[in-house]
Amino acid sequence: MKPVSTWAAMLSLSLAMAGCVTINIYFPAAAAEKAADRIIDEVWQLKPDAATKEGAPSR
Amino acid sequence: MKTIWKMLFIVSLLSASLATAQGNLDVDTPAISAIKSSMSQRHAQLAPLYASGAVGLKSDGSLAVHDANAVPLAQRGKLNALVAAENNDRTALYREIATANGHPEWAGDIRNTFAQRWIDKAPGGWWVEGSRGWTRK
Repeated sequence: MKPVSTWAAMLSLSLAMAGCVTINIYFPAAAAEKAADRIIDEVWQLKPDAATKEGAPSR
Repeated sequence: MKTIWKMLFIVSLLSASLATAQGNLDVDTPAISAIKSSMSQRHAQLAPLYASGAVGLKSDGSLAVHDANAVPLAQRGKLNALVAAENNDRTALYREIATANGHPEWAGDIRNTFAQRWIDKAPGGWWVEGSRGWTRK
């Protein structure tokens, strides 16, 4: 039992590390969208605290 | 068993840092702040031009003169200068966000993301460029 679990842990570890590498290669679209929204709200002076409000009108 | 727990601990640490890395882009550098404040100041002059249709939002994340006839002839030079200055700032903004996050090659993707969000967030009455040309929101 023990060797198998160790092997599984190693596998998930290497998968997690592969995930880290992936993040650095591919463009983080969701994060970019969040950043864009923040900057646009500031530049256009739209609802400054909308990000913290649920169900705020979308436009 | 101890080894497994250690492994799992490391895995969870890695996933935590992974989530952080994915959660946000750094947009708080001095260069970005400077561009933002320059753009907010200019927005006071641009807002009426968006509303009148003189200026519209392009699908590539920039601005364009949409209807020069909406402003008196004497002010057209100023209109063009405003649009050009805004486009310089926007290009610099996309580039700065990409470099601030260690990926200058992301500038194009950041530009596309902004292009979509500027148009989505534009209030009704503004002109925006879509796949089939200009439309009024």
